[in-house]
Amino acid sequence: MTTKLFGEPVHRREDARLVAGNGRYLDDLGADALAVAFVRSPHAHARITGIDVDDAIDVEGLVAIYTWEDLPEGVREPLPLLIPHPALTHGRTAYCLAKDVVRHVGEPIVMVVAADRYIAEDVCERIQVSYEFLKPVVGLENAVEGPNLVHDDVPGNIGAHMVQEVAHRDGRATREVIAAAPHTLEFRLDIERSACMPMEGRGVYARWDADDRSLRVYSSTQTSTSVRMAVAAKLGLPLPKVEVIAPDVGGGFGVKIVHPWPEEILVPWAARLLNREVKWTEDRREHFISSAHERAQVQHVKVGFDDEGRVLGLDVEILHDHGAYTPYGIIVPIITSTQLLGPYKIGSYRVEFFSVYTNTVQVTPYRGAGRPQGVFCMERTMDKIAQYLGKDRTDVRAANFIQPDEFPYDQQMIFQDGRPLIYDSGDYPESLRKLKDLIGWDDFPAMQAEARKEGRRLGIGVGCYVEGTGVGPYEGGHVQVTSDGRVHVSTGLTSQGQGHETVFAQIAATELGVPIEKVSVVTGDTRRFGYAVGTFASRAAVMSGNAIALACRKVKEKALRIAADALEADPADLEITDGMVHVVGAPSASIPLATVAVLSNPLRYAFDEEAKRATQFATGGSMDRPPVAEGQEPGLEGKDYYSPVRSTFASGMHAAIVETDPDTAEIKILRYAVVHDCGKMINPMLVEGQIHGGVAQGVGGALYEKMAYDEYGQLLNASFMDFLMPYVTEIPKIETDHLETPSPLNPLGIKGAGEAGVIPVSAVIAGAVEDAEKIVVDKMPISPSDLYALRDSSRTSGAVSLLRNTQ
Amino acid sequence: MTTLTVNGTEYPLDLADPRVTLLDALRDRLDLTGTKKGCDQGACGACTVLCDGRRILACLTLAAQCDGREITTIEGLESHPLQDAFVRHDAFQCGYCTSGQIMSAVALLGENRAGTDADIREYMSGNLCRCGAYSNIVAAVREVARHA
Ligand code: FES
Ligand code: FES
Repeated sequence: MTTKLFGEPVHRREDARLVAGNGRYLDDLGADALAVAFVRSPHAHARITGIDVDDAIDVEGLVAIYTWEDLPEGVREPLPLLIPHPALTHGRTAYCLAKDVVRHVGEPIVMVVAADRYIAEDVCERIQVSYEFLKPVVGLENAVEGPNLVHDDVPGNIGAHMVQEVAHRDGRATREVIAAAPHTLEFRLDIERSACMPMEGRGVYARWDADDRSLRVYSSTQTSTSVRMAVAAKLGLPLPKVEVIAPDVGGGFGVKIVHPWPEEILVPWAARLLNREVKWTEDRREHFISSAHERAQVQHVKVGFDDEGRVLGLDVEILHDHGAYTPYGIIVPIITSTQLLGPYKIGSYRVEFFSVYTNTVQVTPYRGAGRPQGVFCMERTMDKIAQYLGKDRTDVRAANFIQPDEFPYDQQMIFQDGRPLIYDSGDYPESLRKLKDLIGWDDFPAMQAEARKEGRRLGIGVGCYVEGTGVGPYEGGHVQVTSDGRVHVSTGLTSQGQGHETVFAQIAATELGVPIEKVSVVTGDTRRFGYAVGTFASRAAVMSGNAIALACRKVKEKALRIAADALEADPADLEITDGMVHVVGAPSASIPLATVAVLSNPLRYAFDEEAKRATQFATGGSMDRPPVAEGQEPGLEGKDYYSPVRSTFASGMHAAIVETDPDTAEIKILRYAVVHDCGKMINPMLVEGQIHGGVAQGVGGALYEKMAYDEYGQLLNASFMDFLMPYVTEIPKIETDHLETPSPLNPLGIKGAGEAGVIPVSAVIAGAVEDAEKIVVDKMPISPSDLYALRDSSRTSGAVSLLRNTQ
Repeated sequence: MTTLTVNGTEYPLDLADPRVTLLDALRDRLDLTGTKKGCDQGACGACTVLCDGRRILACLTLAAQCDGREITTIEGLESHPLQDAFVRHDAFQCGYCTSGQIMSAVALLGENRAGTDADIREYMSGNLCRCGAYSNIVAAVREVARHA
């Protein structure tokens, strides 16, 4: 039996082309296309008073220059606000090209089309834009304090304000509960901005077919179907005349789910107008200053708890930095607010956020999407409670855990998909047990003491999280078996390196009983599958995986019925193994699936030997029935959709041991351990890869990454030289262990895994550094100079509270 | 007229615009798109190629500087054991950094500096992988280095 592939560490099918340099990424296409470059605002906040192109128009190779004035209706309107929400009372989006005011450095103002990018950039340099300067708003607290406004008509720079409260079961409000609690703590947490920074930036390439009056767009996107709808709507084209394809995509991590980007509208528009192929490939500086960032929040926390460390009341106020625009609504702070609860039963909970405009790059989801901030908040809270009570940090967590017999567990909030926050399954005590074993939690104090004697500072940290994955509304899958026995699978969502070609093939091969070599998979191509939502929120495997499984089941049912006719058997007695339909227990009574595919499509014309079998004089069968039975369709294919009632909740726990240098304050991660539960794993090797990648980005967020905006709204570190990300020297070996608690919500029992790794890392590292240094760490990231300064300030302020209860 | 020798083939190149980098020449003029552009500023290693056997960053090298030199790109590797090792160790996800990682590792093996894991990390530290496949990259390089 070679066809049971679900759950196996199958090597990736996309790899052969990628290691040979044969991947086809956006900029590898369209060799003859015209190139686009943009004049982008050098100022964070200014009114455009004039655009002078006189010096530019003589440049040889220039094709066109466009400003907002040149844009037709549809294209000149503000970009869509993708996810409206009643609490987002002042949502604002940008124009494709700035209309009169620019609100962050990097906002596009002029589009230049030329023979190549060198020329296009030369032209940009010769275009003079004059400005009247407006006061920039930078920094969350400055924004709220005023008086300067990012948008004239948004008072206090508050785009959204939202309060959610889950009262105590005795009816008391959270603040009342906290006031009456035996112990209370109050503190502030700060999290810096970071960004997805995929190695391949964004990019769009469009061709207009004037004869066919149709448009083909390639975009390095996480959602080709939505880009298609946006392009058709904005350009006023019939939907069937627009096709959008995501080629190989060099990483996304969230930034490419935003759509339509101005460039995704402008490039197709220009291609049609000029009747030429046009391409824009984002450069690295553009990615820094004109795509999207995430993470920045200030949190004020009050917590009340009992002697065991059980949280009786938790009150969190969040200032969320939304940058200059809100195209993706308030999904990020909603996720922070709801996922903050983690694996815990919190007695009562109040969370309030203000989503605040600043003159900086807009904020949209980056892997983890608000969860790292929420988990930072909750896990710092747990550490502080443990510290205060003199308890082991894992004991305090365990005292608050939801127990395995309490699922489904209703947190009584509304999640990011507008559906109730009900956890479907999990086993948190077991995860913690595995994690403590893996990292050697109980042996650590001895190790730490030993190291102390040598003058070394070691610390250990722990962090737990629950991640809502596989959000709806739906995905679909199409499966077709052709007469050569090949299986063609397609789904509408896109891939950015997750290995979908492999896992979806594993699912199809397992469901249909065919060798995986026979299966091919296409994602993100609207020519093959037109209905989809996109790849984000750790949803691809759950959503498309289940849709493909359901489509395969339809195909299988049909195949067995046709084969049963041919073999004169009962479909219930048939099984498919290695591409052969056979009677269970009697392998000789069999028919190849390829032949079933031939028979499924009654023919008039024979075009090859196989086809002859399905022609009108060759097939037997009743003369009283139509060749295609009522309710049936020709062909061996099937399509189905998976639409869940709500999200499925994966979980995990991380621990790290760090060493801090007593002199240089350098922070080194000595060990990093992960226990992860994403339900049933389709391919453990790829799950592991996703975890590694997430942890690496988490380490970046914990120790290195921040967007250094100055008071004028200039991003001072907009390059890979200055924005520090982890290289191979910064990432330790990651030790992993898994738990598989199946999801009861979907046929395959799976949960998402894409974002998990990144979520708790800042919390874990903060706890570990705190443990090594015995000083309070409430701001992330923490660099050696930050730690150095913290040591200084805690010495001078005599902040020794942490020493009180440490063993 | 400049002549670039890439993967053993000579290409005459008209460099009327002398600013053309080796990376753009390879990708846009010779249609050798396997070499990637991650930053165009010499900071990510995605564009790593070999020049007379040594690794260089094609984005920081002018095409004109390569007149008469032997350039090797990912397309010039013929089933190098590293390619196979990268697949077996799942040493990449999106694959965008992979050409650069492999070319860097090919050079590293030639430099005889892949002794320990720490060495491999140190000498591969110019190649960024945002998908974070680092542990597996080290494992792949280690395996080939052991068997070299
Ligand atoms: S593209 Fe050359 S180093 Fe990044
Ligand atoms: S595999 Fe995606 S950047 Fe390395």
